[in-house]
Amino acid sequence: MTVLGSRILAGLFGVALAPLAELRAGEIPFAELRSGSELMSPDTRAMQDADSANPGMLWVIEGEALWNAKAGAANLACADCHGAAELAMRGVAARHPAFDAKRNQAVNLAGSIEWCRVERQKAPALTAEGPEALALEAYVARQSRGLSIASTDAALRPLIESGRELYLRRQGQLDLSCAHCHTENWGRKLAGLALSQGHPNGYPLYRLEWQSFGSLERRLRNCLTGMRAEPYPAGASEYLALEAYLKWRAHGMPMESPAVRP
Amino acid sequence: MTTRRQFLEGAGALTALSVIHLRAAQATPVAMQAAIDAVTGGAVLRPGRVKLDIPPLVENGNSIQCTVSVPGPTPASDRVRALHLFNEKNPQPNMFGVRFGPRAGPAKFTTRIRLAGTQTLVAVAKLADGSFWVDRVEVVVTLAACVEDP
Amino acid sequence: MTARVIITAPTKAKKGEIVTVTTLLAHVMENGFRHSSTGVPIPRDIVTEFVARYNGAEILRASLYPAIAANPYFAFEFVAEESGILDFSWMGDNGFAASRQIAINVE
Ligand code: HEC
Ligand code: HEC
Repeated sequence: MTVLGSRILAGLFGVALAPLAELRAGEIPFAELRSGSELMSPDTRAMQDADSANPGMLWVIEGEALWNAKAGAANLACADCHGAAELAMRGVAARHPAFDAKRNQAVNLAGSIEWCRVERQKAPALTAEGPEALALEAYVARQSRGLSIASTDAALRPLIESGRELYLRRQGQLDLSCAHCHTENWGRKLAGLALSQGHPNGYPLYRLEWQSFGSLERRLRNCLTGMRAEPYPAGASEYLALEAYLKWRAHGMPMESPAVRP
Repeated sequence: MTTRRQFLEGAGALTALSVIHLRAAQATPVAMQAAIDAVTGGAVLRPGRVKLDIPPLVENGNSIQCTVSVPGPTPASDRVRALHLFNEKNPQPNMFGVRFGPRAGPAKFTTRIRLAGTQTLVAVAKLADGSFWVDRVEVVVTLAACVEDP
Repeated sequence: MTARVIITAPTKAKKGEIVTVTTLLAHVMENGFRHSSTGVPIPRDIVTEFVARYNGAEILRASLYPAIAANPYFAFEFVAEESGILDFSWMGDNGFAASRQIAINVE
């Protein structure tokens, strides 16, 4: 499909946006979705695939310890309420961001964990993207490895739509949108590295460039900096909107967290 | 509308900035030779026996898996005492030195290294008979390891 | 917090079998050549030595330099002779020390 054609389709179907396969207007068709891991070298791929070699597992095992540790005024561990994470957290990362009807707002996985920590464990909030928050997120996300991303909650639609608008918006000194790189030029080399389709299926993940483990928000900050745009402030609603849209456009892709990326 | 060509040129120009520039105090082949001499005592390095396995082209200089080994059977007379890895461009020429003890198995050591740019790596094996063996491999790095700012 | 370590090795082996061990250690391996965003040099903080022992005797001892990647990964082999304990230890700058023991059953 030509870019022009897809733009027209985007206009036509924009209002009818729904998390359903046939309505992926202006986006990469399902059959052509490619994970970032498919563009990596065999060595980086092998590092991701073997638990013994994947540095992200160091965060997963810390998260497991935190899952089982009592915390807060409630003196409860995550495990005291949820039981085994393998069962309780299966698929949870794959369906986040989710809409929390009680609070009438969308939350990402870090937000759901944070809510339990503060409201249910009655413990002080963990530093956002700090080592413990990342470790818990890594452990919970690990329980979705291999499961398909499921963006099916109709209540998320307005958020997905605003994320989509951000994704297509030209920003920064280079006047680029996310789509310029990840929808129109994926597969091409940029400074020696193949551009991916920009999917969120590996997060949180271990990035060689960071020499550490990090969140999707951190990756998005990197992209905004690369576009010579001012990154949104930490925790800004734009990140949640982008995440909701990225999950929607990656609907059906298997989760890889803790992935490894160059 | 931006064409693909224009786009790639613009974006390529900006990412060039993110390629890290080395400090003046980088290891030179001379510094590397000195580090090798410190291990060998200036003994002759013979090509062969030792093998350095590393991908010839790497995506990110921050973490590259490599294996130094002396393949094949090793009779007691030429048991492998140590394996070393050196580089010519990182700020420091030494990368690792492994000494094998009484419980050693096959002489083989795998780890992940950092490389500040395209360069030649030198692996050295010391055998029980006092001989030193060498393997050299050139590695092309598209994104160098951070030796400057985080 | 105790250092995070992941060791992979078989729990059982046949006598004479060549066994592969892999180790991963959570460590920044700050190489001492970098500067903070305000231009202040970041001091070196690396693991300088790793030792693997089998029933008390050394399999190998590695001297490590800033060129080792963050969260150091090692893989190596030894020959299974008798049941016992494998002991791994890491030492580094600022008094860093970590160790782990695992058991191996040799039939
Ligand atoms: C006092 C009991 C309690 C504790 C302690 C607790 N949770 Fe929860 N958690 C709940 C309840 C109740 C819900 C909402 C119902 C549900 O989805 O199971 C929930 C929901 C969640 C969700 C969203 C699940 C989904 O399907 O969307 C996540 C993720 C989560 N908890 C993680 C954690 C983590 C991590 C911890 C420890 C830091 C923790 N919880 C501690 C009770 C608890
Ligand atoms: C100048 C080109 C460029 C632009 C514009 C850009 N990115 Fe990226 N993005 C990259 C590069 C390079 C990477 C790392 C390699 C890869 O996965 O493509 C990346 C990676 C990603 C990833 C991680 C993919 C993975 O598998 O780990 C996501 C998600 C992403 N980008 C989203 C976005 C979003 C959202 C925007 C707009 C706010 C955006 N990008 C704008 C270049 C760009």
